[in-house]
Amino acid sequence: MVAATPILLAALGELVVEKSGVLNLGVEGMMITGAICGFAIAVETGSPVLGFIAAAIGGALLSLIFGILTQYLLSNQVATGLALTLFGLGLSSLIGQGYVGIRPPAVEKLNLGPLSDIPFFGPVLFNHDLMVYLTLALCVAIWAVLKYSRAGLILRAVGENHDAAHALGYKVIHVRLLAISFGGACAGLGGAYLSLIRVPQWTEGMTAGAGWIALAIVVFASWRPLRVLLGAYLFGGVTVLQLNLQAAGFSIPVEYLSMSPYLITIAVLVIMSAPRKGKKGRASLAAPACLGRAFHASQ
Amino acid sequence: MDERLTSAGEDLLTIEGLTKAYPGVVANDNVSFSIRPGEVHALLGENGAGKSTLVKMIYGLVKPDAGSMTFKGTPYAPSEPRAARASGVAMVFQHFSLFEALDVAENIALGMEHPPKMRDLATRIREVSHNYGLPLDPDQLVGDLSAGERQRVEIIRCLLQNPKLLIMDEPTSVLTPQEVAILFQTLEKLRGEGCSILYISHKLEEIRALCDHATVLRLGKKVATCNPRQETARAMAEMMVGETLHVPQKALRVPQDVALEIEALDVPARTAFGTSLKGINMSVQKGEILGIGGVAGNGQEELCAVIAGEILVENAKLRLAGIPIGDQGPNPRRALGLLSAPEERLGHAAAPDMSLTENALLSGSARQELEHKGMIDWGKTRDFAKHIIREFDVRTPSPNTAARALSGGNLQKFVIGREILQKPAVLVVNQPTWGVDASAAASIRQALLDLAAEDAAIVVISQDLDELMEISDRFAALNEGRLSPPVEAAGLTVDQIGLMMGGAHDLEPAAEVTA
Repeated sequence: MVAATPILLAALGELVVEKSGVLNLGVEGMMITGAICGFAIAVETGSPVLGFIAAAIGGALLSLIFGILTQYLLSNQVATGLALTLFGLGLSSLIGQGYVGIRPPAVEKLNLGPLSDIPFFGPVLFNHDLMVYLTLALCVAIWAVLKYSRAGLILRAVGENHDAAHALGYKVIHVRLLAISFGGACAGLGGAYLSLIRVPQWTEGMTAGAGWIALAIVVFASWRPLRVLLGAYLFGGVTVLQLNLQAAGFSIPVEYLSMSPYLITIAVLVIMSAPRKGKKGRASLAAPACLGRAFHASQ
Repeated sequence: MDERLTSAGEDLLTIEGLTKAYPGVVANDNVSFSIRPGEVHALLGENGAGKSTLVKMIYGLVKPDAGSMTFKGTPYAPSEPRAARASGVAMVFQHFSLFEALDVAENIALGMEHPPKMRDLATRIREVSHNYGLPLDPDQLVGDLSAGERQRVEIIRCLLQNPKLLIMDEPTSVLTPQEVAILFQTLEKLRGEGCSILYISHKLEEIRALCDHATVLRLGKKVATCNPRQETARAMAEMMVGETLHVPQKALRVPQDVALEIEALDVPARTAFGTSLKGINMSVQKGEILGIGGVAGNGQEELCAVIAGEILVENAKLRLAGIPIGDQGPNPRRALGLLSAPEERLGHAAAPDMSLTENALLSGSARQELEHKGMIDWGKTRDFAKHIIREFDVRTPSPNTAARALSGGNLQKFVIGREILQKPAVLVVNQPTWGVDASAAASIRQALLDLAAEDAAIVVISQDLDELMEISDRFAALNEGRLSPPVEAAGLTVDQIGLMMGGAHDLEPAAEVTA
């Protein structure tokens, strides 16, 4: 669960962004920016909580650059997103120069008393820090908001048909900017989880592709929050399995094992997108109809 | 009701001196008129006359540069659609206002200020839709609905807010005659309840049947007002255009050899929202125009793609002058003389960001010999583009202008002209005059008739029944991917056409439901 949490956070954020019809490929950049912002503030203040808050703000600020470029200046979303990743990687190593090799303040594991003592399930489910459970709660909350609330309905409407939403008087660009900054904050939190809890220390490029996996998981989950949870934990599980197999001294070369999560992701993606018979394809499964399309309120 | 009684005699909405300019064009220039309570007011005009801009100002989507509005006796200046809806103005859009992947109830909730809980809303939708004779299932996905049903969603969305003024932008362009009849009954019922309707259309017969009063716009200015019931359609058309209308002339025709045949053709749908073609049989003779009608989304695009060669089929099932061509792509077909102009101008018939010259090359290279050993002959291509522009009166600064920059009507003239000037043996066109103003439409129709007079076989797929009746020799209708057997067009009545177009069997007129 610890391996999956950063990816889950980033993927949930990206899910909301994509539901609003924006494709932000800068997840990796926002994650690593969040990782260093969180790390730096936690080290300076000694408080991991402030670190996480700073990470969310850092990720959101970076994503707002993307938001302003794509929403107001109508730049290409794919290119801008890729640039954001490269920019984030560079920015983070610049900020992080003085923080290599330092240990951050430790985050307490949540004490769930007798629950943690249950054999097998105890350590697996009830022996984690607060962020793991908050992330789970966030996942359910996003699902509920998207499905039942009016805000969620408007978000989906903007992602489905921005012209119609505009004609009905919804502020497409505002909605999208909010979604983008939410996505940035989530990605930043995910990054901070890596640098403060999972590793925990700062190294350059430490996200190591987690942002890309988060993007893939959103597609894998066909834009549904609960499937994002499944995908993230599946992926986390494979990562941990790979580490454990290495530790157990299997005779397979390490490189194969490190590749395996990515291979499995690709395989799953192929299976998911294979045409199915007798199902209403697009509406139930597929992407928001305006995903990646620029909106300009021309009259 | 009391409120309406007290305000009777006064105007519901008064517009004074509304002006809106965009860079390079004045969309509305000092337009004034007023609408009384319970009145059906028509707004008439060609494309680009400024009708849409005007109603967008009333609905709060566009801010006027000058002028004022008064609604129910108080000054009215909606800053956004929300404000307009709160005052009691509702609008049914021509396109762009439904979400295909959301269900009916969600779509309706999005158009309301304070939607009730989803479960209550569903009950309300069933109630209201039943009362007005427009049955709807709140749980259906809008993507699965027909065009007529989608419009019902929009209308119900407006009705749930008890509007005082309902704006309808070209509501009948996608409906069968039966569906139009039902819509009119609904509108009559609304009028009876004191709701005013601002009705935009360029279908003059409809306006004559429905409206009490008409305001005619031309190039952003109000040019006339009239009582449509006392004017002829022709007189109103001339008010819109500002000149005498040219009516296409049709020559007499003798039967000739078959140019294009399709036999027992089935094509499965390509996408989830596509239509599959079932058992299509048709043939067109040289010099004949076969009109194919039907409501959009019943297989028109697919049929056009099959004939054009975008969808390949079993070789023997599609024959051009007896030669099987079913598995040939568009380019071999062009070489054989089968040309096509698909419906969507930007992106399908023309590449939006390429110049007119380049677009002329794209479909004309084979027949006009614009290429030589793999190299493009730009001089010849430019001449061809200029030829099209001259012959079809395409208004463009130069042949180097990007296709995107042309207005819809001008680009349509270019696209149709490009195919006609290549002297096709068989031409298939889908929606040749969609979104084109009356005089341009008349010249496109005349060009098609002239082409047929030169022994070309033409298949015209259109939703405009008047157009089909005007130019077709024979008429057939597509309904859910099935093509009715073609019949002689002369002497067909609207009822017969409606039955051929089908799809209206589950609808009941409002009066019968409420009785």
